[in-house]
Amino acid sequence: MQDIEKLRFAKSHEWIAPDGTVGITDHAQKEVTDVVFVELPPLGKSAAQDGEVATLESVKAAFPINAPVAGKVSAVNDKVAKNPELINQAPYGDGWLFKLDVADAGSLKSLMTNAQYEEFLKTDAAHP
Amino acid sequence: MQFIANTGQDRKELLSEIGISKFEDLIKNIPASALFSMEGKSVLKDGISEMEVQGRLSALADKNRPAGKSACFLGAGSYNHFIPAVIPALITRGEFLTAYTPYQPEASQGTLQATFEFQTLIAGLYGMDVANASLYDGASALAEAALLAARETGRRKILVSRAAHPEYRRVVKTYGKSFVVEEIALEDGRTSLKDLRSRLDGSVACVMIQTPNFLGILEDGPEISDLAHGAGALFVVSADPLSLGLLSPPGEYGADVAVGEGQPLGIPMNFGGPYLGLFTCSQKFVRKMPGRVAGMTKDLNGKRGFALTLQTREQHIRREKATSNICTNEALMALAATIYLSVLGPEGLKECATLNYQNARAALSAVLKGKGFSRAFDAPFFNEFTVRSKTPPKIVNEALLKEGITGGLPLGDFYPELKDAMLFCATEMNTPDEIERLGEAIKKIR
Repeated sequence: MQDIEKLRFAKSHEWIAPDGTVGITDHAQKEVTDVVFVELPPLGKSAAQDGEVATLESVKAAFPINAPVAGKVSAVNDKVAKNPELINQAPYGDGWLFKLDVADAGSLKSLMTNAQYEEFLKTDAAHP
Repeated sequence: MQFIANTGQDRKELLSEIGISKFEDLIKNIPASALFSMEGKSVLKDGISEMEVQGRLSALADKNRPAGKSACFLGAGSYNHFIPAVIPALITRGEFLTAYTPYQPEASQGTLQATFEFQTLIAGLYGMDVANASLYDGASALAEAALLAARETGRRKILVSRAAHPEYRRVVKTYGKSFVVEEIALEDGRTSLKDLRSRLDGSVACVMIQTPNFLGILEDGPEISDLAHGAGALFVVSADPLSLGLLSPPGEYGADVAVGEGQPLGIPMNFGGPYLGLFTCSQKFVRKMPGRVAGMTKDLNGKRGFALTLQTREQHIRREKATSNICTNEALMALAATIYLSVLGPEGLKECATLNYQNARAALSAVLKGKGFSRAFDAPFFNEFTVRSKTPPKIVNEALLKEGITGGLPLGDFYPELKDAMLFCATEMNTPDEIERLGEAIKKIR
């Protein structure tokens, strides 16, 4: 389980931990409903900030998952590939998706803190 | 509210706004003879009675030579096979015939179950993990396979054998905005392995072959499969489903995607359509597979039920990120194929395929009785074969037609190097008597 205060958040509802681990927020998992499939990126895939790296599929629709910051995929969570429901059950724990080798540690500063994300959720921009 | 709201006054204003005085000025460039009316008056001649219309139309229809009324030795992608009466009897029932997008599970359990059975039968026939609910035809199924390969591998080059159906290849090229298509050369009527090796590199998304190929010949599937996979490319096979009653299914020799034209499975030649695109693949590509998929599930009471599944890949949900733009299928034709396969069963399909195989050999012997006829390629074949003829193929066909026989396809239009060759087909429909007549008619050609 991640310490939520140490996470940084993207406007597209992904979180990233200081070690580069990426997942989706609790708010996002509720919105997409039951996740039935995850397409994880190949190891070594490079992504720009906000570039699409993975796909989540729920009973409702399929959603792109973006890299919160630029980096290279260094690990993927095989457990969620087998049990996608982990994303709904533990979005900040076993439901993580992949890990990024963050290109520039400073880039994390462009993201929101938990408090800022909570505020962001109250705005219309959070619900396109 | 009036449905058509513009009044005479409105029309006058519209016309004067664009500077003309009457509507007919807008259509001046259409010849008067082609117009239904001019200045408000009909220019058509008086009509004729329904009885006269029927007479004229049947006289026109009588000019056709339907396959059933001649001895037909023409195939090349559309085949004259026997259709058990149970197929038209069932598929023309109003419940099936008039249903449009019959996909709502609450209203269409029968159709959805038939689709599910269809998928199961087709996947089994091709030896693959999964099949979709069908596509338009064999050509578009092959093109969709190319799209899948490009999506899956992130590569752009599609290698397609020149021995694949020429019209299928054209359709693949038409689909090919996101990829480049290269053709693998022919060698003795088959895909040249040497040419294939020289074209394979890290940019190839897939290698596509047809077997039996357009010239009737069986390809070396296992060898081509190894070559494709060795380069990290997918291996795509288009196969006549009837031939699989006798031959190894593509899934057994490594196909990642196997497709085909389902017309031989109980569907009339229909002047070229509607036909039935068969599409099967490995489980790992199921989310990249185009088209609809019916799945088996349980309802609230735990009873077996059927519903479309994996729809999140489709365009009505995923918009521009959809797997493909195919949001439909050939449901009625798929039903025909399902009934056909159920009626024949595995043994019946094998018997039917065996008859095709044997009749094609008998027909080849008959053709070779002709003066100046020779086999074009010494290679194994199923129910079609290519021969060369000293007499131009078109003249051969004219002579055969006089004897009530539809001859083979002249190949020159598709393969310039085969100007003197033609492709004959024999199916279970060709009786020994017809085959003998073919031999006699060919002998008379000088």
